[in-house]
Amino acid sequence: MRRRQAIAVLALAGCFVALYLWLYKLGVMGELRCGTGGCETVQASPYAELFGLPVALYGVAGYAALFLVSLAALQPAAAARRRPDVALAVLASIGFAFTLYLTALELFVIHAFCRWCLGSAAIITAVWILALAGVRRNT
Amino acid sequence: MKGFYVLLAVVFLAGGGWLVYSANHKSTAEPSSTAPVPAAAADGFRGFTLGSDAAPIEVTEYSDFECPWCAAFATVQMPVVREQLIATGKVRWRYREFPLSAHKYSHLAALAAQCAGEQARFWEMHDALFTRHQWAQTGKDPSDLFRRFAKDIGVDVDKYDACMRSQRYAGRIDASYQEGEARGVQGTPTFFVDGRRFQGNPTSDAFKALVDSLIAGRRKR
Repeated sequence: MRRRQAIAVLALAGCFVALYLWLYKLGVMGELRCGTGGCETVQASPYAELFGLPVALYGVAGYAALFLVSLAALQPAAAARRRPDVALAVLASIGFAFTLYLTALELFVIHAFCRWCLGSAAIITAVWILALAGVRRNT
Repeated sequence: MKGFYVLLAVVFLAGGGWLVYSANHKSTAEPSSTAPVPAAAADGFRGFTLGSDAAPIEVTEYSDFECPWCAAFATVQMPVVREQLIATGKVRWRYREFPLSAHKYSHLAALAAQCAGEQARFWEMHDALFTRHQWAQTGKDPSDLFRRFAKDIGVDVDKYDACMRSQRYAGRIDASYQEGEARGVQGTPTFFVDGRRFQGNPTSDAFKALVDSLIAGRRKR
């Protein structure tokens, strides 16, 4: 139960990070508060969009899905079920793989790091570890 | 369980508060809908162009000389665009400066290109800045290197030096940047084809397909 709660809190935090980056792409936020120039370099690169949509929007959708599933998993009726853990692990694994790809792009192609993206990477990594631990525990 | 919901509320309030704060306290370089937006620089300059004035389609490129994607476009895609679309009279290409604040020497490079342009060598300097793009990775002041580029492409260096010292065309660059902001440009390179923002991967094939379809569409009318 604690793991699911932790996933919900982390997913909500991740959702806000992704939302911030998405609103920046929409022009709502002005300049990114980044500290280095890396955020704008990353956000201005062609890799900041995928299939015509900002990458951050996929992040918002992914974290929102994780948040909703984790809240559903916290309901008393779902407490003893394994299925919510599997769903969380699948979602977290997709997010983690996508984050690995994006971080590799920052490292090897763009040669710049966005602190917000790294923050999101840390969050999804923690979510992924917790989700996998949840599945293993219920196996 | 109560502690969990309290924590959730704290995260929600902190995240939401941060978003609201950021949206209401934008930094000064942000696009502003209320700022006066010059349609052109004080001298009426609207960017250097390539191609025939009679070309049916105009492509406007907002670009930054320090941006690696702009350099990739200029060196890989642009030669094909020049051959297939500009030399054939289908497209007139307009270059607009959009030096991103994150790039240390973009503005200097834009000035160098403008000063070369004063002596009708803009596109030569454009090509030199993009094809010899190592300067953008070293972090060293490229002033001397730009001067060497100017010399290599046949620019009168004394006039170039005077132009650079006085920052003669800084106003043009600022006007171009503000124009881009007013059109919603956020990153580089950004393209407008006959006034409409180009979406998708900017390859020579994509531009050719779009331009051909626009021209074919006009013929049908």
